[in-house]
Amino acid sequence: MTIQEPERLIQTPFHSRVAAACEVNYWEDWAGYTTPAAYTNVELEYFAMRNSASIFDLTPMTKYRITGSDAHAYLDCLVTRNLRKMKIGRVTYTAWCNDDGKVIDDGTIFRIAENTFILCSQERHLDWLEWSAMGFDVHIEDETDRIAALSFQGPTTCRILKNLGLKDVEDLKPFDLTHYPFDDSELMVSRTGFTGDLGYELWTDPASAEKLWDRLMEAGHQYGIKPAGSEALQIARIEAGFIQAGVEFVPAQQEVREGRARSPYELGLSWLVHLKKPHFNGKRALQEEKQKGSRYRFVKLDVQGNKPAEHSFIYNGQNKAVGTVTSAAWVPTAKRNIAFASLEMPWGNPGDDLSAEIYYLRELKWTRVMEKCSVIEGPIFDPERRHATPAPDF
Amino acid sequence: MTENNHFDVVIVGAGHNGLVTAAYMAKTGMKVLVLESTANVGGASSTEEFHEGFRVSTCAHLLYSLHPAIVSDLQLHNHGLTYAATNLSTVALGNDGLHITIKGDSVSGDISTEDVNNYQEFYARMIRFCKVLAVTLEDRPPKLMKGNLKDKLSLLKLGWNVRKLGKEDMRELLRIGAINIYDVLEENFDNQLLKGALSLDAVLGSHTGPRSPNTVLGYLYRHVGETFGFSGPAMPAGGLGAVTDAIAASAKSSGAEVRTDCRVEQILTEGARVTGVRLVSGDEISTSRVISNADPKTTFADLVGYRHLDTEFSRRVSNIRMKGNTAKLHLALDSLPSFTGLSEEDVGARLLIAPGSDYVELAFNHAKYREYSRNPIVEITIPSVHDSSLAPEGKHVLSAVVQYAPHNLKEGWSEGNDQFRNLVINLIEGYAPGLKQLIISSELLTPADLEAKFGTKAGHWHHGELALDQFLMLRPIPGMSQYSTPIDGLYLCSAGSHPGGNVTGLAGHNCAKTVIKEGIK
Repeated sequence: MTIQEPERLIQTPFHSRVAAACEVNYWEDWAGYTTPAAYTNVELEYFAMRNSASIFDLTPMTKYRITGSDAHAYLDCLVTRNLRKMKIGRVTYTAWCNDDGKVIDDGTIFRIAENTFILCSQERHLDWLEWSAMGFDVHIEDETDRIAALSFQGPTTCRILKNLGLKDVEDLKPFDLTHYPFDDSELMVSRTGFTGDLGYELWTDPASAEKLWDRLMEAGHQYGIKPAGSEALQIARIEAGFIQAGVEFVPAQQEVREGRARSPYELGLSWLVHLKKPHFNGKRALQEEKQKGSRYRFVKLDVQGNKPAEHSFIYNGQNKAVGTVTSAAWVPTAKRNIAFASLEMPWGNPGDDLSAEIYYLRELKWTRVMEKCSVIEGPIFDPERRHATPAPDF
Repeated sequence: MTENNHFDVVIVGAGHNGLVTAAYMAKTGMKVLVLESTANVGGASSTEEFHEGFRVSTCAHLLYSLHPAIVSDLQLHNHGLTYAATNLSTVALGNDGLHITIKGDSVSGDISTEDVNNYQEFYARMIRFCKVLAVTLEDRPPKLMKGNLKDKLSLLKLGWNVRKLGKEDMRELLRIGAINIYDVLEENFDNQLLKGALSLDAVLGSHTGPRSPNTVLGYLYRHVGETFGFSGPAMPAGGLGAVTDAIAASAKSSGAEVRTDCRVEQILTEGARVTGVRLVSGDEISTSRVISNADPKTTFADLVGYRHLDTEFSRRVSNIRMKGNTAKLHLALDSLPSFTGLSEEDVGARLLIAPGSDYVELAFNHAKYREYSRNPIVEITIPSVHDSSLAPEGKHVLSAVVQYAPHNLKEGWSEGNDQFRNLVINLIEGYAPGLKQLIISSELLTPADLEAKFGTKAGHWHHGELALDQFLMLRPIPGMSQYSTPIDGLYLCSAGSHPGGNVTGLAGHNCAKTVIKEGIK
């Protein structure tokens, strides 16, 4: 593999394969890497995620390797979730906050060995991790460009991995991880993803990246495997109900205007906050917020009509603007018009009378509609195969 | 839980601020315990024997800003505080015995009439500024953000006091308040000895040279005691240890208990609340309230532990600027040394080696690169002139504050100590020929030694550099300026908190007031 010295954007170790598959040449900048927004057709890519298998180049995802005798204790103090019981071979989703209890980022933590963890997130914040390490025996390394990663999502993914020869891969429970030998190196497989479906994330040495891509394509040839870009993933993650850093919240370290960052309570992440832990960063502030109440509520809204309510104001019954839509999409499998919104308290209880002000442009004419919204309780899309172990075969 | 290991308040460290806090707390009837790691109370305000029969103030050796309210509230004169000398004059030593003497607003000696007059005017103005400063030191500092009514009133009062100076003085205060003393001295004076002496006042105890920003503040802070009734430094009978002994006696008479040789290893917390302290011996003492007289870095990094604290908070604490730069030289002398051009009586004054503001700045240059000054600045006292209890009959003790001696000397102090000691002794010998023959014994306490002795990080006098970015509501760190901390029940009373260092007792006093006002939780 030869990588040319990049001019502006870095190429991922999969680039030769990605570029060959990217028929529409629709590229974007993701954290300094050149990645495809779409390969062929967004809808087809989305349906591969839901109905067969999709591969998505995940390499630009920020990855920190955290090692040292205090690694476990350190992470437990860093994040809001209680990690005390986290076992080797498990992955957990969590958020972490600044001193004011505002979310810096959310992400996943992989426990690889007793004192070895990988923290995966959207944003980069090595500075924050280093500052938080005062008083702990830990070593933190950014290994984003040292790991080639693919997100492999969809109902036939388990079958394809079995075709690849990954023994007992079907026995991986959601949020389990394991290792296989691969191409003189190692392949880490975790049953994780950003689509709310059956799926895996695959992690290997950059030198083996192209081989991994080729072998997957070969093994999945009969099972509808298709590369997918970020636009298809956007639809899937909204359907799955997942928030995204920089979209649903301003990462606290990037906040410019005071008060714009959000706490986990304000992002629907209260289930990640374990106030009974002895100490974690932001606990004092979150305890206070719990007592005094939050400023905002994160809601998932079912919007009438089929016009995505992107960037819309949300109004209450008295026609007062009470919030803003952060993400919106028509989600094809659930067949609903979904919007995520950040509403001022106390709005956003189930049954509240809310409407979205939607503008759309059709052939030189702006049209404005007010569509009724109802607060969604529970998941939007949650297929059985996502949770089933052993993972089903399709 | 036995009676003996539960207290309403536990104070960590029996330095003067810790004892002041203890005394005020005990007066309210609370059950107060002071834990001191060393064998004696006093911390940086103590007197110790360094050679048989010779005693000296170990760190601070002059008293120039102990607050009068503390003296009277705690009845220190009834508890043994007396002065061997007060209102000492300052002699800026010059070559060939051509010295100048500064006392209050007057300066005499080898100096022009113009400078004498300018100094009178300069001093009067500085004292007017000190009065404004003094008001802010006597109470907790106001909060800028989210302050309550009292904070707003404090800010208004500060603003009003500045305004009350009148147009000309106000403009001058705002002009020079944040700048360096060097430029201000250049504007006012020609005499190098005078400029050197005033430069020394502005930088003593800190990691700054006269050209460093906000050294005018350093000067004002050093002279603020002159609005408390001091007109020149005083020497307590028995050395500076006598001050803390009196405060300790006052605290004990109000019911406080002081235990020495009890080093606190950990401040115990549970869910961000203080539950007690654990000693190095393993003993635990339970309390819901700990007041730490250790410097803020020691308190949070070592006694609480950063892992129990939030990231930004810990980072701010770890970034507190506190580079100790001040060493202490003690000489046991066979007889009174004679200084060229000084009468025997004058030898009892405060003697300075700082011949020029450029000299002081050059002395600082070395410290920037972790070297000791090749031509250091020195503040000499011979307290045995006034206080015969400090040395055997006919013999004397010389105590000198020496700057700059960076705590993290490049080659290490085990190597540098002897070299620097000889350098300083030779320097003083230049002004006092024959001194070396009189030396029976000598001791140089570097910042590293002071750190080991008193537990202050980097051996910094003030528990944190005294500069505008670490002053008032920014001391010890922004967001934590009113003696309380993110740990409920943990308070700070050391010089690291507002108003800062020197033996003023104000940090302890203000802290006690704050804690008492909050009442027992």
